[in-house]
Amino acid sequence: MPISEDVIVVGGGIAGSVAALSAAETGVSVRLISHKKSTLRHASGLIDVLGYTADGSGPLADPYEALDSLPEGHPYRVVGSDAVREGLALFDQIAGDEYLGGHTDTNALVPTHGGAVKPTARYPRAAAGGIASDDRDMLLVGFESMTDFEASLAADHLDAAGVPFDVTGVTVEFPKTFRADAKVTRFAKALDTDEDVGSRGTREALAAAVEPHLDGAERVGFPSLLGDDHRHEVRDDLESYLGAEVFEVPMGPPSLPGLRLEDLLFDALDEAGVGMSTGNKAVGYETDGDALSAVVVDRQGREIPYHADAFVLATGGLVGKGIGSSREGVREPLFDCHVPHPEDRYDWFVDDAFGDHPFAAFGVAPDDRLRPQDADGDAEFANLFAAGGVVGGADVAAEKSASGVSLATGVVAGREAGESA
Amino acid sequence: MSDAQSPPEFDPSAGIDSIDDFEPVQVFDDGMDLRPGADNCYKCTACDTSCPVAEVDDEFPGPKFQGPEQWRLKRKDDVEIDDSIMSCSNCMRCDNACPSSVPLSQMHNEARGEYVENQMDHTSREYIRNRILANYRTLAELGSKVPRITNAVMGNSLVQKINEKVLGITAEREFPEFATQTFREWWRERGGAQVQSDEKRVAYFHGCYSNYNSPEVGKALVRVFEEFGYQVAVPRQRCSGTPMFANGMLDDAERAANVNVPEFKDLIDEGYDVIASCTSCSMSLKQEYPELFQISGIEEVSNHTYESLEYLRIHEDIQERLDGATVDYPDLAYHAPCHARSQGLDRQAVELFRDVDGFEIEDVGSSCSGISGTYGWKTEKYEKSMKIGEDMFDHMHHAKGNVGMTECPTCSSQMEHGTGYEIRHPLQLLEEAVV
Repeated sequence: MPISEDVIVVGGGIAGSVAALSAAETGVSVRLISHKKSTLRHASGLIDVLGYTADGSGPLADPYEALDSLPEGHPYRVVGSDAVREGLALFDQIAGDEYLGGHTDTNALVPTHGGAVKPTARYPRAAAGGIASDDRDMLLVGFESMTDFEASLAADHLDAAGVPFDVTGVTVEFPKTFRADAKVTRFAKALDTDEDVGSRGTREALAAAVEPHLDGAERVGFPSLLGDDHRHEVRDDLESYLGAEVFEVPMGPPSLPGLRLEDLLFDALDEAGVGMSTGNKAVGYETDGDALSAVVVDRQGREIPYHADAFVLATGGLVGKGIGSSREGVREPLFDCHVPHPEDRYDWFVDDAFGDHPFAAFGVAPDDRLRPQDADGDAEFANLFAAGGVVGGADVAAEKSASGVSLATGVVAGREAGESA
Repeated sequence: MSDAQSPPEFDPSAGIDSIDDFEPVQVFDDGMDLRPGADNCYKCTACDTSCPVAEVDDEFPGPKFQGPEQWRLKRKDDVEIDDSIMSCSNCMRCDNACPSSVPLSQMHNEARGEYVENQMDHTSREYIRNRILANYRTLAELGSKVPRITNAVMGNSLVQKINEKVLGITAEREFPEFATQTFREWWRERGGAQVQSDEKRVAYFHGCYSNYNSPEVGKALVRVFEEFGYQVAVPRQRCSGTPMFANGMLDDAERAANVNVPEFKDLIDEGYDVIASCTSCSMSLKQEYPELFQISGIEEVSNHTYESLEYLRIHEDIQERLDGATVDYPDLAYHAPCHARSQGLDRQAVELFRDVDGFEIEDVGSSCSGISGTYGWKTEKYEKSMKIGEDMFDHMHHAKGNVGMTECPTCSSQMEHGTGYEIRHPLQLLEEAVV
């Protein structure tokens, strides 16, 4: 008797987690299957809905106003703006007071590690002090050993972006000396446990290194490595030593805010009683008529069917390996769903590196219930729904809409799957 | 050749008899070659952020260096294996984190084997100590002949001091007690299998620990499987090899595998599947054996090996059996061992027992326990090991119960050592619930 549930969700990122929670809300039993750790550890931890229109104008103040301008077939056009709101509402419920931004429909502008300002709908509490619409003066702090955050360069960029405050950057030495290529987790651990450096803790020593550079700044931004489990305590301590607000600047991968978001999602799934099987790859499926009856998981050599009444495909896009490509074509590797794309692979991209690349929008083409369609426009399977990066039709990187698309499609796909199970 | 050009037409039959059978690694004549895996590494450092050693050790360069980067370096004849490979604890978390399926732990095992073979002084204290620790079974077999005396001797603080001074085995830890009757003695005494079946057959890989130290786990396994109608076999067996891999003693591990593989392969031919109660043992048979050795039948053994609870979940409706069940059991702080994680089993105990009444089971989080088999027994690694485990101890203290649960015997001793809690195995709880 193999493992059997009402709904099985394949994929453990934002889309998969939200689909699983949304399915669980319909009262059915749900299991989430994921292979490797999700791409969340490469993510900024910011939750964007729509920062720029499809033709590149923005940053947008109100993402909802622009939804109708998106091209037909865009996931937001398929699910509608109510689904976007529902997705965010579910996210707010999951995140509790760990995320801010829910008080308004409009986007917040959050400084990035490169010194750009990113329009985003929800941001971690740890990043709140850095909001660019706030006019308090800012000091950015980098560390000599962390080459991916050059504080003075980021400050110059912010300045050039026309932010309404004075911003300077300084590079200091982290009070504990680590190896030259120390991991971000090593820094976080030292602050989390307030490791002893000389006669005082790491937090106090770090504040002492920054203090001489304050020069009246009312807020101080560090790369996001200010602790993990005890992150709020770390920031509180730094704030009281410095007498200024302390915030984190979201960083590139591997990213602690992404890892923390993964923990939040995991806790919510656990709380909702969703079963989780991770570490083994889904490699195939079984059918019963025109419906899926099982997804087959490779457990180190043995192929084990996981049976369910309905399924959600949330395996991600090209980066998450939910969409694969070769010289011959573009495909969805698990259920072999149709992925529309030009026959000639020279038509998959354009010459301008920052141009409007067709490949960026590759993915399955969903019907109005988010079921992937075959080349003739019929549902591939009666009971398979898709969510997140695997769904085509949007260049989420250019629009800054990846998490929003995952939330909105996740809520709908999960509910459709739950209700049809 | 640029991407825009097509490869020239060529006739594969000209050089190679059958192109279908061609394996790229065959072009290398020095055995195993990991190049295809190394090339898949795009240096995203996901492995480094999930490495429990890198999180606490300022000297440790991390799995990315130990694996693909070092692999490339050592292609040059004059580059030796970096000695930091001995700081890798073989938790295998990097395998699970890698989005490109780079065979990291396999690379680490091979690098460690090469380091120990070629660069380590075989008369050094460290080598001898590691060899003793890796071959725990030999020690256990002797010790368990006179368990009470051994327990008294090994528990003696003077002996522990000597172990530390002479061998570099930390005196901080309490030596695991030997049971007065081993699992195999019990198995013989009860007359072997009590249930006969042609359909449902499992061969039990008990490993060293549940034989010599915690036979109650093995007994629970037998009783549970017999309750579900299985015929249980307990073939002759040696250590699974896990502590040997972790210490770079690949020859010792291969000798043990050469006993284990044929014994279990014979039973597989008779319709048995292989089950283990220790997640490092099942990990070893499933993954490390076929990665590292070439023994006839090794793939079959790998493909037929399961962790015991995993096996029941796949083949029996165990959830239905447990739904609404009530047991009188203390509240549990559950820790998923790293080797359960890498098999995708980290959630099963919590999920399985969540709806059983009479106790609460709480997952104490995703941190590594830090002991990693023999790792935490080494004097120079002890503090590191405790620092890695800190997170787990902390979560255990915050959990409701004062009893711990895990599938791994060494995680269990670390949990006990760090919190003073009594630790049980999920099979013991299952026995309580269904037998």
